[in-house]
Formats: sequence, C-alpha cells, structure tokens
Amino acid sequence: MPLVPSHTLRPARSIYVAVCAAFLVSLALRPAAAADAATLTLYSAQHHQVVDQLTQSFTKETGIPVRVHSGEAPEIANQIAQEGARSPADVYFTENSPELTLLDEKGLLAKIDPATLAQVPAKYSAADGKWVGVLARENVLAFNPAMIRENQLPASLMDLAKPAWKGKVAIAPSDADFLPLVQAVVALKGKAAAMDWLKGLKQNAQVFSDDEGVVAAVDRGAVATGIINNYYWARLRTEEGVDKLHSQIHHFANGDVGGLINVSGAAVLASSKNPEAAQRFVAYLVSKPVQTMLGKGDIDFEYPLAKGVAPNPLLKPFSELQPPQISMAQLGDDRQAAQLLRQAGLI
Amino acid sequence: MTEAVASGPASRQRASRRQPPAALLVLALIGPLIVLLPLAFTLFEAARVDGAEAVELLARPLVGELLVNTIGLVLAATVAAATIGTAAAWLVERTDLPGYRAWGVLAAVPLAVPPFVSSYAWVSLSPGLQDFAGAWLVVTCSYYPLVYLPVAAALRGLDPALEETARSLGCGSCACFRSVVLPQLRPALLGGMLLVALNVLVEFGAFALLRFRTFTTELYAEYRTGFDGPGASLLAAVLLLLCLACLFAEVKVRGGAGYARLGRGVRRRAARLKLGLTTLPALAGFAALAMTTLGVPLGMIAYWLTQHGAAAISPAEASVSLLIDATISSLWLGLSGAAVTVALALPLGFVAVRYQSRFVTLLERMAYLAQGVPGIVVALALISLTIRAAYPLYQTTPLLIAAYAIVFLPLALVSVRAALSQAQRGLEEAGRSLGLGWAAVAWRVLLPLIGPGLGAAAALVFVSIVTELTATLLLAPIGTQTLATQVWADTSTLAFAAAAPYAALMMALSLLSTWLLARRFAATRFVS
Repeated sequence: MPLVPSHTLRPARSIYVAVCAAFLVSLALRPAAAADAATLTLYSAQHHQVVDQLTQSFTKETGIPVRVHSGEAPEIANQIAQEGARSPADVYFTENSPELTLLDEKGLLAKIDPATLAQVPAKYSAADGKWVGVLARENVLAFNPAMIRENQLPASLMDLAKPAWKGKVAIAPSDADFLPLVQAVVALKGKAAAMDWLKGLKQNAQVFSDDEGVVAAVDRGAVATGIINNYYWARLRTEEGVDKLHSQIHHFANGDVGGLINVSGAAVLASSKNPEAAQRFVAYLVSKPVQTMLGKGDIDFEYPLAKGVAPNPLLKPFSELQPPQISMAQLGDDRQAAQLLRQAGLI
Repeated sequence: MTEAVASGPASRQRASRRQPPAALLVLALIGPLIVLLPLAFTLFEAARVDGAEAVELLARPLVGELLVNTIGLVLAATVAAATIGTAAAWLVERTDLPGYRAWGVLAAVPLAVPPFVSSYAWVSLSPGLQDFAGAWLVVTCSYYPLVYLPVAAALRGLDPALEETARSLGCGSCACFRSVVLPQLRPALLGGMLLVALNVLVEFGAFALLRFRTFTTELYAEYRTGFDGPGASLLAAVLLLLCLACLFAEVKVRGGAGYARLGRGVRRRAARLKLGLTTLPALAGFAALAMTTLGVPLGMIAYWLTQHGAAAISPAEASVSLLIDATISSLWLGLSGAAVTVALALPLGFVAVRYQSRFVTLLERMAYLAQGVPGIVVALALISLTIRAAYPLYQTTPLLIAAYAIVFLPLALVSVRAALSQAQRGLEEAGRSLGLGWAAVAWRVLLPLIGPGLGAAAALVFVSIVTELTATLLLAPIGTQTLATQVWADTSTLAFAAAAPYAALMMALSLLSTWLLARRFAATRFVS
C-alpha cells in the first residue's frame, strides 16, 4: 500500500481543531440543563406561543426563571401520574379540564390559593379548589362556503353522525380537544347515544391528527366542514391573512352540546419542591394585567376567564355564546371518552 | 502478516482465531448491547400484552388502515425513487448531458435536506399537499439519492466491453440497457430501493407535518393520548417487524449478488452516449428535479424569513436569544453525540477488522440491527425503561445521547471499519518492533492512519443528529430546545414564519458539513 502523503492529513487536523474548539465553546455556552432550587418547572400542554409569552413576562417581573416541558395534554397528565411523587414538575398548565380532574382524582394536586381562585368565576375551576380555570375556548364547526351553504349547516353536533353527512366532516379524535366533547355527549345524551354518534362519525368523517390539520383541510377545500375549537380558525386567519382565507365558522346555539366550552386550567403539584413560586405563577396567570394582555394580543385567541376582562375582538363576545349547561365535574377525566373512541375505531 | 507468510496456512488460521484482549471485547460489546436494549424491550412489552387484548388492539380497523397507508406509500416511494435515481445516474454517468458534473452533485445534495424540513416547505406552500400525494412527493424527493448514489457508482464501475459486445451483436441502445446494463445494476438498485423502503418506514416528522397517518405517526398519537400504554408497544412491534424484514432483505441483496469481471487489464471509461434531440428534455428534467428537491425547500425558507407572521412570532425581543439557545443546544448535542457514537464504534470496528470470528461477526450484525429500529421506537422504549427502572437517567441529556448512539451506530461503524481495514497492521508492528508501547503506537501510528476516517464518521453522525427530530422531540431534557424541535413546534401549530430562522440555520449547518465532507472525500480520491 502506498503511504498516504502527509499533506493529505493536514486539512483533517485543522478540522479537528475547529471541531474541538466548537465543542468547547458550546460546552461553555450551554444553557444549564439542571434546575437550581429557584427555577420553576412548568409542564405545559398549552400552545407554546402563549406559554413563551407568559413565562418570559413572569421571569421579567419576578426574577424566577421558568423551564418548560411541553407535550399533549393527556400525555403530560399520564406522565405526571407515572412520575408520581418524584415528578420534577411544579405547575401543570393545560388546554382542557379533564387532565386536571384526572390528576386531582389521583391526589397529586395541591390546593390553589383562595385569592387566586377568587379571580375567576367559580364554575370554571375545580369544586375542591385544586385547579383554577385560566382561559376558555368554544367548540365550533369550521366550514368552507364554496362547498356548503350556510343554511345547510347542522343545528346540532349530533346531526353530523347522520348518513347525509358522509364524507362532509373532518375530525381530530386523537387531539386532546376532542375528548371533552365526547365526554359532554356522554353526560348530556347518555353512553349509548354517544357510542351511536361516534360510530356515525366513523362512517362519515375524514380523520386528522390535530385541530390544525382539520381547519387547514376545510380551508383548502378538502372537506366541507370540520369540528374544531375556535382558537385554531382565528390562528389560521391571522397567519394566512383574511384575504387568503376560504373558511368560516359556525357556532352551535341554543345550548347544543356542540357549543361546549373547553376550559384551560392550571394546577400546582402536591409534590412541588417550590410551592411558593408555583402558587405565584398560577396567580400570575389569572391576574388582570396578564389576562388583559392575553385578550389583546394576536398570539392567543382564547377567552380570558378573569372577571371583567375583554377577549380578542376577533372572537364572538363570550356573553353571546350559548353553551350547553354542564359542570366541570360532569366532564370527568377523559378516560371514558378515550375508551369509547377506541371501541368506535376512531383511535 | 509476515509470520503468516513465513509459516504457511496453519499459522494463518491460528492468527485469524486470535482472541481479542478481554478489555477490548468488553468495550466492543457496549454498542451492540445498547442497540439490543430498546429492541428487546419493545418486543418483550408487546409479548406481555394479554392475548385477548392484543387481538382487540391489533384487529382494530385503524391498524388495517395504517398497514394500507404505510405499505402503499413504501411501494410508491420506492418505485418512484428507483426510476428517478436510475434515470439521473444514467444521464450523469453515461451521456453527454451538458454540465453532467454539476448535475451529479445536485442530484446527491437532497440527502442533506431533512424530510421534515422539505415537508414544512411544501405544506407552507400549499396546504393541499397534506395527503398521500404530498407524503409521496416529499419522501421521494428526500430519499431518491439513496438509489442514485449506488447506481451511479455501479455504472462507473461497469466494464463497457460487455455493452459494446451487445451493441456489436445488434442490440439497440434500449435493449442493451435492459438486458445488459440493468441486470448488472441489480444489486446496487435493489439495495438502494430497500434502503428507501426502510427510511420511509421509519420516517416520522415529515408524515406528522403532512398529516399522513402511518405507523410512526400513530405511535406518536398513542404516546400523546396515553404516555406509556400497552397499545403503543404492539404497534411498535408490528413496525419493527416490517423494518427488520426490509433490513434482512437488504443484507441478502447486498451480500449475495455481485457480478465479477474476469481478466486483467485496465478498464476503459465507457463512451458517453450522444443525447442529441433528447438533450433538452433531459436538461428540463434535471432542472425540475433540482427545483423540487432543493429549490422549493430553500426558496420557501427564504420566503418565510422575510415574512412577519403576526401570530407566528413569539415576543420579538426573545426570538434572537431563543435562536442562539437552540443553535447551541443543537451543536452541543451533535458534537457530544458524534463523539460518543464514534467512541462506541471504534472498539467494535477494531475487533471486527483485526479479530474476525463468528462471535465478532454476530456483534457487528447486532450493531447494524439499529438501522431497522425506528427512532420513535427507541425513544419510547428508553422513556419506559428509565421511568420504571432507571429514574435518575430519566429526562437527562445522557439518555438522549444514548438514543443518538443507538440510532446512528451503524452509520459510524461503516466509516470507522472502512478506515481501520485500510490501516495496515504491518505499520503498527513496525512501530512496536522499534520499541514503542501500544499506547504510543495507537497515538503515533494508528491515529494518523485512521484519523480522516474517524473524522468522516463523526461528521456524518453530527449532521444526522442536528437534523434528527424524533428522538430529540421525545427525549430532550426539560427546557432544552434544538433547531429541529423549534421547527417542529412552530410548523405543527401553523406558525410558518416563526419556524423559518430555525429551519434556515439547520439547513446551513447540514449543507456546510456535507460540503466539507464531500470536499475532503473528493480530495483524497484525487490524491490516490
């Protein structure tokens, strides 16, 4: 074998030097992974745009650094349940109430400060005071006016399971936002009716993995209607621009189950090693200035739940909504809903 | 080698049966063992699911739907990649296509564009692509170089004499390609196609963003709705079996088939076919290919960089620091992952090259099994394992790096092994006989010999880690964001403009490293 001339090795050495230097520099600059005692650990299943905004302003105001672990709501709830007393989480901030109810049932939550609870109408928080409602979203039907006329839209969510709707509706059964809706149908119409409804949807619906996918499909004309939370439509509208938008939303009225309000809430973990900062963060979420900021900005499109705070003008005024009468306790913990979805073959 | 020559075949046999030092063997064992860990754990978990429940979970209509989706896409993408890859290779290697050298490079570059980035580009261009068609387009664009590269190499290596003989016996150029060239390309082509199939099977990010449901996206959905349930391990086991079947087929094709050329003498270069009137369509084809595979992803990133998505941008003052944090995390994970992976591959490669035995071959094959274990399966298994049995490792950086080492060990092993097999043992023995200790020999003789090969291995692993999504997404410690997870977080919430800076930085890192590698590789080729 001919020996490799030494000059061919030289570029390699300079690359090594460069790589080693880059390694050392990044090692030095590396953000501290381990949390010190003062850092608050937030498990979040809320939209990361909202969470970024909130954690940054919280840190600026209080000097308490926050590190965030994000995921889908039931995933995080089950994760906290598995981690148990060892969980590094201090606060859980999530999109829907059932995950919080689940953790409450397992005895993993601490009581929220009464002053914090007082900021929000009592019906949007846990009856036992273990979590507080922060924001709310409305379930709506997104539709594409080029594919369906407004007067053809259903009066009730239950209609979408009828044969006439075959191929005309999109759903995202594995999105955490769909589970409370199933649970609401069970609570208001009974388990058998809920199962029939889901079986009808299995026949009729195009299935997507999340609400973002549903609203995008309706907007591009792949399907006439889709069950979503109003948040996603407002978000698409802002991102794409009003002139490029091809979809509208239909509100279910007269207390129909389709108009269900999903409550996004926050809780302090009983296992928190930093309960004081955790309570402070939760109080911060429902404080007037923060709620006003959320209502005003074009980052979040949810209804602030604190008393006397106006929502984003893009949304239909909260007082004009006609949601079904259902309590947080009736919405339960998602487990039955997931089981029904599995039996119906939707997940 | 001298002793073998001196005392004949008996001692050569003895030499090949030499046992590696125990310490070395232990080091070599680590890699294969950590590869087996998630694989065995997933199969064990799946087997533990109660029989009736397993039937109920697997006989769901959803599983059938996933099989149809997954296998349909694998077939469609494999056939498309084979067609495009072979046509491009033939045009570049065998015709007088103007600028064939440049087209040859452009045809290979898409490998440096991670599929989830090109799906981000296509989805943000037209949401209409969120379907089978979009998934097909994206994976074909990303993976056809896996066919193009080996087929082009095979075409370069073919002896033109056979074709000339066929032509002289009256074969037309088409008939000649079909009956003489194509059969000789078969090992390269089939091997490439199986690699495409394997990559489509394990792809996750692209399909999730395209909202196309396959086994990997459904595994993720199971994880999202239940964290660590029995359903996921069963789906994972089905996916694993599909992947391993592909992997074994690939090993068979690569190992079994081969066309030998008898006779000595220098092989001539094949004459380039004059394209004539077909030059224009061929050029248009290449231009369209470059446009779809590179133009659209890079163009869309550039477009979104200039847009200000009001809803997309997190508070403006924070995005620069977020960008820097994410870049540093990506670099740090990439570098430490590359170091650990190459460190695991090195003893294994050394044992494989210097102490061949059945046991060592077995070890090597165990390491290569990792190619058939999807990143999402590795990540889910590691989460379950640590939360149940090794809680101090749970949600830590070392665990994420272990996942990288598992997924990319085969990649590192190939380069390390190639470098080691080119380093002659005689040189080390000469060093020892001149009085150097083994450490000095390793440092002063072996390292300079295999250095470039190790560097290439580390660079390959580095690029792969920076553009890796699945394991990073599931295993990143709390508060760690990388470029890839940021692109993911923004794109999956339709915030295309916010994703652009992260995607742009990631592409820049990936293209730069690939370019450096290619340049070095080209330089050594010209020297020898």
